[in-house]
Amino acid sequence: MTNSNDRLGELLRVEGGRALATLTRVLGDLQLAEDAVQDAIVVALERWPRDGAPANPAGWLTVTGRNKALDRVRREGRRSEKEEAAVRETTPGEATSPSGSAVRDDLLRLIFTCCHPALGPDARVALSLRTLCGLTTEQIARAFLVPESTMAQRLVRAKKKITLAAIPYRVPADHELPDRLPAVLAVVYAVFNEGHTASSGDTLLRIDLCDESLRLARLLTEVLPDEPEVLGLLALLLLSDARRDTRVDPVGDLVLLADQDRSRWDHRQIAEGEALVEVALRRSAGDPGAYQLQAAIAACHATAPSFAATDWHQIELLYRHLERLHPSPVVSLNRAVAVAEVAGPSSALELVDALPGLDRYHLWHATRADLLRRLGRDADAAASLRAALACRPSAPERRFLERRLSAVAVATAPGSDPR
Amino acid sequence: MPTYAALIYGEDADWGAPEHAGQMAEYAAFGEAAGPVITGGAALLPTSTATTIEVRGGKGGDLVTLDGPFAETKEVLGGFYLLECADLDEAISWAAQIPGAWHGRIEVRPVLAM
Repeated sequence: MTNSNDRLGELLRVEGGRALATLTRVLGDLQLAEDAVQDAIVVALERWPRDGAPANPAGWLTVTGRNKALDRVRREGRRSEKEEAAVRETTPGEATSPSGSAVRDDLLRLIFTCCHPALGPDARVALSLRTLCGLTTEQIARAFLVPESTMAQRLVRAKKKITLAAIPYRVPADHELPDRLPAVLAVVYAVFNEGHTASSGDTLLRIDLCDESLRLARLLTEVLPDEPEVLGLLALLLLSDARRDTRVDPVGDLVLLADQDRSRWDHRQIAEGEALVEVALRRSAGDPGAYQLQAAIAACHATAPSFAATDWHQIELLYRHLERLHPSPVVSLNRAVAVAEVAGPSSALELVDALPGLDRYHLWHATRADLLRRLGRDADAAASLRAALACRPSAPERRFLERRLSAVAVATAPGSDPR
Repeated sequence: MPTYAALIYGEDADWGAPEHAGQMAEYAAFGEAAGPVITGGAALLPTSTATTIEVRGGKGGDLVTLDGPFAETKEVLGGFYLLECADLDEAISWAAQIPGAWHGRIEVRPVLAM
């Protein structure tokens, strides 16, 4: 019973998103379309378990939603006559069963509208989860640990801006894609990172943002199958997410990559991610984007039999590429970690010490601490760990750093037995 | 005869909303009284509908689009255009060609439809 309810819920979320995309175009109003789909879903929840789902669920939801929108417009009676006529004139045929490519175009319109650069980054994320993933305002609020009223306000404001500022509901032209696609990919990646690093809140109640980001990334590969960066992003998410269960131990403490139980990684997901990286890199023909490079790095880690047997040369090379493409001290810090494995901790420490502006970043201090410890400079390592703790890291990271600190502190304590 | 721009500063409000009908009536009265000297003008929608753009690296450079109004204090209002466009994308693409976009910033705000 629960299972079939889950399946129905899942079906309605996917097909509801498609119906919303088409209805927003047909009705010309995102809020009206959203209400209409909601109304249609209520009817579906009543009928489908009894009569079975229709052959074309999205088409059914679209037609039912359109009729519900007509009812609403009539009932409210406060829309302009022009609007009302526009809704009335949408022929059911047009909305009935849009062909595959029409649905694809409608979904693309919805994606690019929700991720329009004239909307704030938070609003883009919230709107995408609401419209493309079919999450409720309450679920999104809980996922981002903000009050529901705050999230509701954010969504209302974004939808108002879309209408009032006339943010268009259209697929950007090919020449506009390079400008517009990064904002879309950033939304998906932001959702993933939020889910990936989430350490507070009741995880049982929390919507799994990693799953939602994978859903969004898959949707993107469905509608933009030729974009290498779209494939690269999905690959990156699959490969990172494949390690999710081993990143913390049962009491919620961090487990380092070197200590993770690789047999428990999701190998089916790794295989899918690895295959996607290859396709993406082939498509980008020697000019890979940042997501592809990060995915390629994640693939190196995910397919390595052990930490020691990891292809650190390849990883270092990929970080070099990434540094050229997106120079940032954080990318360089990651490259330094690879350098430590390839050329030893002292070369890496030189690199790390030369990085500017990271003295408030706990991972910079933590990386230094690790390199110093490996060089036998335990007192310096302890100082770096204290500096890392002073940056107020998340609770699991703090516990990890404290464990490290007590280990080096023991080693440096006077009279202790040097190991 | 010299021409003057009278720039109106005040509450960040939705002037089309019913609660502002009183003030709008005052404006209508002014419009009538000043009819002979007014050559143009518009009420702007609230700043929540604003988008600020900047073109980095000079003409034709990278377009940076931000949600919200222009909020710096160093630069001052130096002029304006009214652009009649199909949608925000078209307005932004024109705004990005205004020299102020690389010498400063351009706030693009919809005008209240009367």
